[in-house]
Amino acid sequence: MSGVGLDPRTAPTFPMAAKTMLGDTQLRKNVRHATDVIQAKRARVVAEMPDWQQLREAGKQIRQHTMEHLDFYLEEFEANCTRAGGVVHWARDAEEARRIIVGLVKASGSDEVIKIKSMTTEEIQLNSALEAAGIHPFETDLAELIIQLGEDRPSHIVVPALHKNRQQIREIFQKKMNLPELGERPQDLADAARMFLREKFLRVKTGVSGANFLIAETGGVCVVESEGNGRMCLTLPETLITVAGIDKVVPRFQDLEVLLQLLPRSATGERMNPYNSIWTGVNAADGPRTFHVVLMDNARTEILADEEGRQTLNCIRCAACQNACPVYRQTGGHAYGSVYAGPIGAILTPQLQEMKHAQSLPYASSLCGACYEVCPVKINIPEVLIHLRNKVVKQNTAGVAGFFDVEASAMKAMAMIFRSERRFRAAQRLGRVAEGPLVHKDGRGEGWIGWLPGMLGGWTQVRDLQEMPKETFRDWWEKRAANGR
Amino acid sequence: MRVSLFITCYNDTLFPETGKAVVRVLERLGHTVEFPTGQTCCGQMHYNTGYQAEAMPLLARFVDQFKGAEAVVVPSSSCVAMMRDHYPKMALALKDKELQRQVDELLPKVFEFSEFLTKRLGLEDVGAYYPHRVTYHASCHGLRNLVLGDGPMRLLKAVRGIDLVELQGLEQCCGFGGTFAVKNAEVSSAMLAEKTTAVLNTKAEACTACDNSCLMHIQGALHRQRTGVKTVHLAEILAGDQGVAL
Ligand code: SF4
Repeated sequence: MSGVGLDPRTAPTFPMAAKTMLGDTQLRKNVRHATDVIQAKRARVVAEMPDWQQLREAGKQIRQHTMEHLDFYLEEFEANCTRAGGVVHWARDAEEARRIIVGLVKASGSDEVIKIKSMTTEEIQLNSALEAAGIHPFETDLAELIIQLGEDRPSHIVVPALHKNRQQIREIFQKKMNLPELGERPQDLADAARMFLREKFLRVKTGVSGANFLIAETGGVCVVESEGNGRMCLTLPETLITVAGIDKVVPRFQDLEVLLQLLPRSATGERMNPYNSIWTGVNAADGPRTFHVVLMDNARTEILADEEGRQTLNCIRCAACQNACPVYRQTGGHAYGSVYAGPIGAILTPQLQEMKHAQSLPYASSLCGACYEVCPVKINIPEVLIHLRNKVVKQNTAGVAGFFDVEASAMKAMAMIFRSERRFRAAQRLGRVAEGPLVHKDGRGEGWIGWLPGMLGGWTQVRDLQEMPKETFRDWWEKRAANGR
Repeated sequence: MRVSLFITCYNDTLFPETGKAVVRVLERLGHTVEFPTGQTCCGQMHYNTGYQAEAMPLLARFVDQFKGAEAVVVPSSSCVAMMRDHYPKMALALKDKELQRQVDELLPKVFEFSEFLTKRLGLEDVGAYYPHRVTYHASCHGLRNLVLGDGPMRLLKAVRGIDLVELQGLEQCCGFGGTFAVKNAEVSSAMLAEKTTAVLNTKAEACTACDNSCLMHIQGALHRQRTGVKTVHLAEILAGDQGVAL
């Protein structure tokens, strides 16, 4: 996968990318296995919570309230973080965020940084910006390390290397850590990673992190993780730079009571994350001496301004929707051409980008609703997908181009037919005549269509279509009434 | 009771047997059935594909056809989901107070067919006979949007002569998704392959559901693979009388 950009501006459309991924049986097996395991764990720990639905509702309310007063809570966060000795920076977009962070790393005097897993730094492609500035980033989250060493791209929000199996990971470690004798037990792989990373933890003086939550009331930052590598990054360096989307803020410390129950159960099927780190500013006796927070907008205020799309910002990045999504489970994450894959990627990416770069993503769903069912903050993803489809259609049918859009013309014609009973009946009759040449009789004397032209050809790749019956329901009904029933 | 049928555009055109079966069951239960002839389509295909503006006039049309109905029965879970999930929002967007009022009044009287039998009439046994091995596919819209629960299964269990086998991965989408099957044909096919494998594993003679759109898609693959396994709408099973042929 290396070299395949996850930039929706350059990535192929979802159906094309999906076709490629569907041919990769190993990847599909890995994705299927991993999502099955996580889903089963999630179902188990959710089932043991009698108040899960109330918790979800509470989570939704907290997030919704925050988004409605985002400006207020961001300012509160800034004031409290500054008071505790942190420095807050505001970044309008990815470019500005990169510039600020590269500048801060340089000012720290280091040409290396240790990083903990952060989707935001993936979103802004920070690693390549650091490298271009002569700074070497080391990923310390195990899965991100695998991705970095394998010159790959993440395919999952929580488990970025979910598409790789143990054997593939071993090969990457053997090659990149220069360990030809490496064993294949999970223990061997973990030991190798530990040896590799420990040296970096002790040497590198600058850390870069993301954030799960920013707490307005205290100015604190919260990161949850499973390995403890994150905590090393947060505590060992002299300079710590945290970058977070402005949507990460929560009003009160107490809100974590709800969110830190919802997140781990939804994400990894754990009752609690093994490591929950919350730090507030700096302390002369311990931890980093210098602490920066970069608050990044990058199209989030535009999403906020869109009443129907707004709920997208409630996301707490648990990836439960990804694991549950039948489309994601078939294709894995790379087909989405975006760091955010699965249902949340299908709604978030088009909104982070200009719509014209992410036209196919709103359609990468059968609207089955499995994502909505598991979302811990009750984001109605199907509803947002339909809203975005409407935006795509409006964009494609605007102006002269609209007249030449085949789909739009067909849809408009159909809509016109449905607006009149007379036209509808005529279309039913016409359909029977028009399909005639395509119909073949099968062994039982039934008529079937095995090939359809143009756009509809997708249907007949693997399916037949039964011939239309001789009589519609309404014809039957009328005859029956005429016969006195 | 006076029951008004909304048969849906694709059932009317492609699956008239389903409509006839609904009539047979309701009349057998002693209800009077009406069919407002001006009905066409609920607007789901347009709405879900992004053509919201085109779906709007179909809302007014539906309301006009069915206002004053005692109960509206629809043998399609996805069309009922379309109405419940989107009609109130659409009426609001049209800023038509009278339409909003009519939608609010009408929607509680609209039922998916199996839902009408179990929830509105409180029935499980509708006196059907269907001596075949059958498996049931829970359509996503029935399962999640309408929360039909085990209603359809309870109706099926009460059918005499039936050999009911449970489908593995019941909550998995079959991959139809309306225009999804055309726009993302490959992914849709991969999802469908899993569903048809599950159906074949049950060794059932027929697969049933509360939605002919899923069934059309599943049937398409079962026929292409020459499996001999049929699909049949739930209403047609419940309409079954002594000695009905598959
Ligand atoms: S949309 Fe919901 S389920 Fe998906 S990642 Fe976000 S919070 Fe989790």
